[in-house]
Amino acid sequence: MLDKTLVAVLISAIAFVTVYGTTPRLISFLNKKNMTVKDYNKETITMVTRPGGPSILVGILASEFTLYGFFPSASILAIISTTSLAFLVGLADDRKVLGGWFKPLALAVSALPIILLGAYVPPHLAFPLFGSVKIPELYLGLIVIIIPVMGNTINSIDVLNGVASGFMTIASFALTICLVIVQNYDIALASLPLGFVSLAFYKYHKVPSKIFPGDSGALTLGAMYGVISIVGHVEIIAAIALLPAVINSFLFLSSVKRIIEHRQIKAKPVVHTEDFKLMASDDKSAPVTLVRLILANGPLTEKQVGFVIFKLALFAAALAIITSFMMEIKL
Amino acid sequence: MKGSLIFFYIFVMWILIIAGGALVVPIIAHISIHGFGRLDSVVDSSVKAGIAIMLVVIWILIMSKIKNWIFHRQISR
Repeated sequence: MLDKTLVAVLISAIAFVTVYGTTPRLISFLNKKNMTVKDYNKETITMVTRPGGPSILVGILASEFTLYGFFPSASILAIISTTSLAFLVGLADDRKVLGGWFKPLALAVSALPIILLGAYVPPHLAFPLFGSVKIPELYLGLIVIIIPVMGNTINSIDVLNGVASGFMTIASFALTICLVIVQNYDIALASLPLGFVSLAFYKYHKVPSKIFPGDSGALTLGAMYGVISIVGHVEIIAAIALLPAVINSFLFLSSVKRIIEHRQIKAKPVVHTEDFKLMASDDKSAPVTLVRLILANGPLTEKQVGFVIFKLALFAAALAIITSFMMEIKL
Repeated sequence: MKGSLIFFYIFVMWILIIAGGALVVPIIAHISIHGFGRLDSVVDSSVKAGIAIMLVVIWILIMSKIKNWIFHRQISR
């Protein structure tokens, strides 16, 4: 146990320090290459570097390979492979705008290492209070669905400065706590880098952002979260911790009624007031999103909206932790 | 409190997930199809998949109705 505690401290430090140290260098590099995009929520013209995915991936790989050195397992290899493939999918989308269906399909392919490495065994889905169901063939289909859904869910909440990284910090630490509660210590250990990588990236992503994660960053975080939920057999708990982001995707999809990129939406769900606060759009054709609902009671600053989303994330995290305690109870 | 209805919506979603387990586990866990020889596991999984998809569709429809009910005023603005 002491060994695992020391390794936990070591990989957490590696994850945090790697992202904290490499991100400023990545920002300088992207600035030199003129790889910047406009931050539309700022009063003056502000260009922000993108994508931050490379520093996030380096942090994840450095810490997960270190963990693999101490405790080799197929689960860690699955986390490394699927997360890396999801990063490549995101990077391709960062470099060239691809169709709405490209990401879900390519992310489904990214899930294959989990199956090929057999990291999902035993193939059952655990529910709180009522036990688990063994679904051998069906579970394979579920794996292929979980990675695109989690990846795109995190990507869809990456709408304001600091939101995606801050949200992931809360959700992934909650997931680590849940894994400890259900006594899956090995995967709890493997999940620690996700929280620390997100936390370190938040330092540069928070208002005012110095860097955006881009698709490569958001999909990397979302896919890693998805793999951990599969190899840790905490799919339902993981989905609960992600509920605010799930609601955002659900509201968006149920209002546009098809799979589409946010950038393809003409009518904006959020507009600006004269003092550049965010305000819900009156345009009835604009999609309903989480931010639009938060702003329904009146305009807020970008920072205030971010904090409301973090409060929602903390609430969902508390529900996930309660759920993990309920896993031990059988009716 | 800002977004208090969204907190309520998250709570309702959580309750529905727990309730979903009450339906999925007893229904799917006890299904065991035989009589198709080597195809037993394929038929078994297909039936389970069909039921699971049906339950997910029902869950989405319920969530959609609840969404319209909870956020009626905000959405119609």
